[in-house]
Amino acid sequence: MKAKIHITLKSGILDPQGKAIEHALETLGFKNACNVRVGKYLELELRETTQDRAEAEVKAMCEKLLANTIIEEYRYELAS
Amino acid sequence: MNFGVIVFPGSNCDHDCVHVISSVLGQKATPVWHKETTLTGLDAIILPGGFSYGDYLRTGAIARFSPVMGAVKTFASEGGMVLGICNGFQILLEAGLLPGAMLRNQSLSFICKDVHIKVENAATPFTGLCESGQVLKIPIAHADGNYYTDPVTLAALQANAQIIFRYCRSDGKVTPEANPNGSLDNIAGIRNAEGNVLGLMPHPERCAEDVLGNDDGRVIFLSMLDALKKASLQPKTVVA
Repeated sequence: MKAKIHITLKSGILDPQGKAIEHALETLGFKNACNVRVGKYLELELRETTQDRAEAEVKAMCEKLLANTIIEEYRYELAS
Repeated sequence: MNFGVIVFPGSNCDHDCVHVISSVLGQKATPVWHKETTLTGLDAIILPGGFSYGDYLRTGAIARFSPVMGAVKTFASEGGMVLGICNGFQILLEAGLLPGAMLRNQSLSFICKDVHIKVENAATPFTGLCESGQVLKIPIAHADGNYYTDPVTLAALQANAQIIFRYCRSDGKVTPEANPNGSLDNIAGIRNAEGNVLGLMPHPERCAEDVLGNDDGRVIFLSMLDALKKASLQPKTVVA
């Protein structure tokens, strides 16, 4: 099973990288771009075929190591 | 007194700390490799600056799971004095030994320069020889020093006098302009509720001798030594 994990700063926490990119986009004429958030994307293979168990494991990984839930939020997709 | 200096892969201020403890303070400094699980005969522990595990994922995120951190946690829970400098502070945050987290500097730049910090609480084992409100000039060198915590935790830090150092001007005024990295409430250093664990972003070990042109950092190490002597704590053996 394959997991695709996205980690971003929580909404409400200033994302200076996102701000800088938003400003650059605006300068380039992309006036419609707003609220740019920069994050991390992780892909991993799981030696687990049960959806429920895989999900529980990915969630535990995010909580324990991959995300710092004081400042970050995460979401993931699982595909076989 | 015997100061343990934890050495993670990527630590780069460990030798500076060992030098200050041994050559400036005239005390014993024991480098402790991160694979150790037992801490024997240490009176205090220093987590030095650097880039442990290359700062991969987040600063301190991987170092906090180093084998030695179990023993460091036990040492702290038994009241042992733990000082985290820069990356050491980041590791203490990730390990949950101090509250909050570090965000990227607001400017997005790695900042390496002298800053002024105000001693907000001189009644701690780390600042006991300081005057309350004393201004120290100490260098910072970091990309992730923008301290953040939720409003409830911040209020608790303020109420319990856990904010030990704030970025300030040379005259001691705490202003937004004196804040180099966007840190909440100009926080440069905090301690835990029990008072025996301190983390700070500035590097006191880089300015602890006259020959370097600045010895403002020395008072922090001298305060620790003074507190240890006063408490005359017995060396501990801690097993994770």
